Amino acid sequence: MSGDSIGWLGVPLAIAAGAIRGSAPFLFVSLGECLTEKSGKINLGLEGTLLLGAMSAYAVACKTGSPWLGVLAAGFAGMCLGLMHAWLAQRSRVNDIAVGIAMFIFGSGLAFVLGDPYIQPSAPPLESFELGNWSQVPQIRAALKISPLLLLGVGLAFALHWFFHNTRWGLFIRAVGDNPSAARAQGISILKVRTLSIMTGSFFAGLGGAFLSLVYPGSWTRLVSSGQGLMAVALVIFARWNPRYCLYASLLFGGAQAVGPALQAAGIQAYYYLFNAAPYILTLVIMLFTCTPKRSLAGAPAALGTGE
Amino acid sequence: MIPPFDSAQAVGFAPTTAVAEAPVVKEPRDWRRLAEAITLPAGALLVAMGLFGGFCALAGASPLGVYESIYTAAFGSWFSFQNTLIRAAPIMLCALCTALPLRLGLLVIGNEGALVMGGLGTVLVGATWTSAPPWAALVAMALAGMLAGGAWVMAMGAMKLYRGVSEVIASLLMNYIAIAILNHLVNGPIRDPASLNKPSSYPIPEANLLGSLPGSRVHYGLLFGVISCLIVWFVMEHTVFGFKVRTIGGNLRAARIVGLSVGKISLLTCFLAGAAAGLAGMAEVAGVQGRANESLAAGYGYAGILVAFVARQNGLGILFVSIVLGGILASGGILQRAHHLSDATVLVFQGIVFLVILFSDSLYGRFRIFQERTAHVR
Amino acid sequence: MNKTCKSLAAFAGAAVVAGAAIGANAANPVSMGFIYVGPKDDYGYNQAHSEGCAGVKKLGWVKAAEEASVPETTAVQETMREMIVQDHASVLFPTSFGYFDPHILKVAKEFPKVQFVHCGGLYTPGKHPANVGSYFGYIDEAEYVCGIVAGEMSKSKKLGFIAAKPIPQVLRNINSYTLGARSVTPGVTVQVIFTGDWSLPVKEAEAANSLIDQGVDVLTCHVDSPKVIVTTAEKRGVMATGYHADQSPLAPKGYLTGAEWNWSSVYAQYAQWIREGKTLSSGSIPHLIRGGLKEGFCKVSPYGAMVSEKAKADADAAKAKFMDGTMVIYKGEIKDNTGKVVIPAGSELKQQDITLEQMGWMVEGVIGKTGG
Repeated sequence: MSGDSIGWLGVPLAIAAGAIRGSAPFLFVSLGECLTEKSGKINLGLEGTLLLGAMSAYAVACKTGSPWLGVLAAGFAGMCLGLMHAWLAQRSRVNDIAVGIAMFIFGSGLAFVLGDPYIQPSAPPLESFELGNWSQVPQIRAALKISPLLLLGVGLAFALHWFFHNTRWGLFIRAVGDNPSAARAQGISILKVRTLSIMTGSFFAGLGGAFLSLVYPGSWTRLVSSGQGLMAVALVIFARWNPRYCLYASLLFGGAQAVGPALQAAGIQAYYYLFNAAPYILTLVIMLFTCTPKRSLAGAPAALGTGE
Repeated sequence: MIPPFDSAQAVGFAPTTAVAEAPVVKEPRDWRRLAEAITLPAGALLVAMGLFGGFCALAGASPLGVYESIYTAAFGSWFSFQNTLIRAAPIMLCALCTALPLRLGLLVIGNEGALVMGGLGTVLVGATWTSAPPWAALVAMALAGMLAGGAWVMAMGAMKLYRGVSEVIASLLMNYIAIAILNHLVNGPIRDPASLNKPSSYPIPEANLLGSLPGSRVHYGLLFGVISCLIVWFVMEHTVFGFKVRTIGGNLRAARIVGLSVGKISLLTCFLAGAAAGLAGMAEVAGVQGRANESLAAGYGYAGILVAFVARQNGLGILFVSIVLGGILASGGILQRAHHLSDATVLVFQGIVFLVILFSDSLYGRFRIFQERTAHVR
Repeated sequence: MNKTCKSLAAFAGAAVVAGAAIGANAANPVSMGFIYVGPKDDYGYNQAHSEGCAGVKKLGWVKAAEEASVPETTAVQETMREMIVQDHASVLFPTSFGYFDPHILKVAKEFPKVQFVHCGGLYTPGKHPANVGSYFGYIDEAEYVCGIVAGEMSKSKKLGFIAAKPIPQVLRNINSYTLGARSVTPGVTVQVIFTGDWSLPVKEAEAANSLIDQGVDVLTCHVDSPKVIVTTAEKRGVMATGYHADQSPLAPKGYLTGAEWNWSSVYAQYAQWIREGKTLSSGSIPHLIRGGLKEGFCKVSPYGAMVSEKAKADADAAKAKFMDGTMVIYKGEIKDNTGKVVIPAGSELKQQDITLEQMGWMVEGVIGKTGG
């Protein structure tokens, strides 16, 4: 599998490859958080969900030999955490931010404790579609290995967007998120809608975790996540609560993650810590430019953060 | 007339609508409410211990043995209690960094970044001004740390005020950026060539380090933490400034109508919040490590966020909850060594305790034993 | 240098005695404490130490307590104190480099009767408390052998090295690996990517993919847990050599060999000395202990299925030279990758030479910069 070095062309290729390789976890968590926030609740615990999902996927795949069962297990684990979060965060006087952080700690702890025995074994990986076989260049072939989970995520982004605007349940969720008292007056059960939204959102986050441990980086270790769960909240606000923009934001972040190592591979060694912080600096700069005090939260569900 | 703000309410992004209870003439806090405020969290702690014991049993350890070990390791002796205090010290200060802006209605989770910047400020002053006499050096370092941390968080507040950028995101991103700056500086421009295998900054002269409290091995950072918590409690509950802050947090529009300079107060509060975390950074650098390196970003910031929420942003509450968390962390070691539990068990412990305490928040007003005997007056 | 030679000899001799004394006297157990900076099952650095601890626990008269994931802050000071006060440890092994200053130094002063043995090699007589000692292994010898195998097996003649930080220990591994590879294949290059920290799985995966995109066909690394890099290499069908522990189960096809630690013998030696009542403070236990392949501080992993006969022969020949003491890796003239001569012609630096521990350069043939 050796080949000639492609030099400078390697950098944009690596960024594009990084976008394809690394965007799926961002995508799943941001879609999950988007769904949760549309119903008016914030879930800061998705990092814990991500880790537990990653661990469950890996463990189940090891035990059963089927990566897809692992993916399902990850989603299921996510749902369980989501149920806990939904139940606790909707009780009176309980602040959902605090619950999120506590769930993050709890979820991570659980993932690490249960996952220790699975660091040694190898799980069967989730095979990717090889869409680059038309090319003679091995680098392009490798870059165009697209995982079915990523395709699922892309489809989900568009489906979710359609869902919010074209279905009854989508309307319920938006109503509960924008104007809970009106929704209640119409007979919609806020508790039920929010619980289902949070659980489904966590299910997606679990799938994102499965991607981490079964596709890329494709291994279970404690630090398999690079903070995607925490960044989900940022991504959703960045995407103005629009699932399609979540997709673009995720691709941006996935690509930005690859900048540091790609530049080093092409020979630029200086400032690698600062390059590694590129996604965060980029986001901050973009937000500074695009927000104004009046317009910043356009698209935000009105009940978000008010405790209603 | 602005309604009195009940500091016991949890605060989210924006002011909460008041909890829908029947309007009660506000009695001064009486023994029932105090009893409730103590019993519920204590009960929560007991329940949490029970659940954790169950978890340990599933993991193969004996719950009673675990309880004994936790007690021994966290509170059982002066030796152990110092361990708890040492761990609680930085968390106390970091918790203030979230608690203060939360009173305003701002959610800042940038404590880690502020701590790191504070540490950098400290080492820049401490390692360059090596000829300073110890007292002057300590004061200068503390000021530098507070200034650096304060400016960092004030920047987040400014971003929210002038550009409308969500302070949650800004602070989260700036955490990562601060750590990147730390790594860049410590591995490059301010790296001590003698620190070969663990890149660190130039060291602070030994005479200028922050010493330990007399009679113990806990460094002065604890004192900073305790005093800061008390000051914050006093300012928030008993001064005009505190009242202004709580007003802005309770009802922004009313605050503006009344003429409070929301911008100035917000920025000042953010600065103070960052200064607290920066002070924690100073204590870490000048009291523990003696120099700045990657070990500065040890996660105290994130622990502080949770403590701020659980303690409902109350200075005294933060003091107490930090010590509880310190105790939990202090018992992590013995769980591994004596009971062969995974090192991540302490995370599960923390998670269970905080989840149960948060749950207990929802039980206020549910137990009749704590209710007023007199009829409600409308 | 004489002192170190003496201590090596003492070690070798005493190791024989230690072996003979197994299981003899269980009445006075030696209580040891091990502290790791990361989780025990990381398939890497910490696991190697933990395996060492497991090995020494087999001696019936050793009691060992382990604590993992202890950060390099006040937490490790408290852990050390607890192990002394609660577990009555008489010797502590804090295994992470950053534990030494200020943490070990501070606690050692408080407990002069306890021996503190640090993995890393920073002990300076006169400057540091007498009850502190250091041990470390010349794993770069094993890396040299791995380099030979890698250089032989690579078809593109491009090797890749993913490293955490450009510190002397790491640079020494990179250089030994390169020198080994170039000793069999003169034109081979080693491209280095620094991830910036000891454990960053996503960055390590990115680095691995970038290097492979640039044409590298054998990967190796110096990070806390090589697991991600080895699995990524296997997925993309390139070869890999491992580090710290044996990662061959992760890469049945592509794993060539690896440089592993072998800490059990070292720990057994310390246990034996403690049992005999020797201490660091009195000088009866040497303050600085080092060893390479010959002394059993490190070893080379078994060869993978892919390794050619020629590669095996070359590697075995090098190993034999290490074993009989005739191998010198750093023999002049050696130029660094900027063209400067760092070891003049005619001079040789033996493994124990202190200047090697301050290495700040990368040898000719390495693509990369040490500065940031």
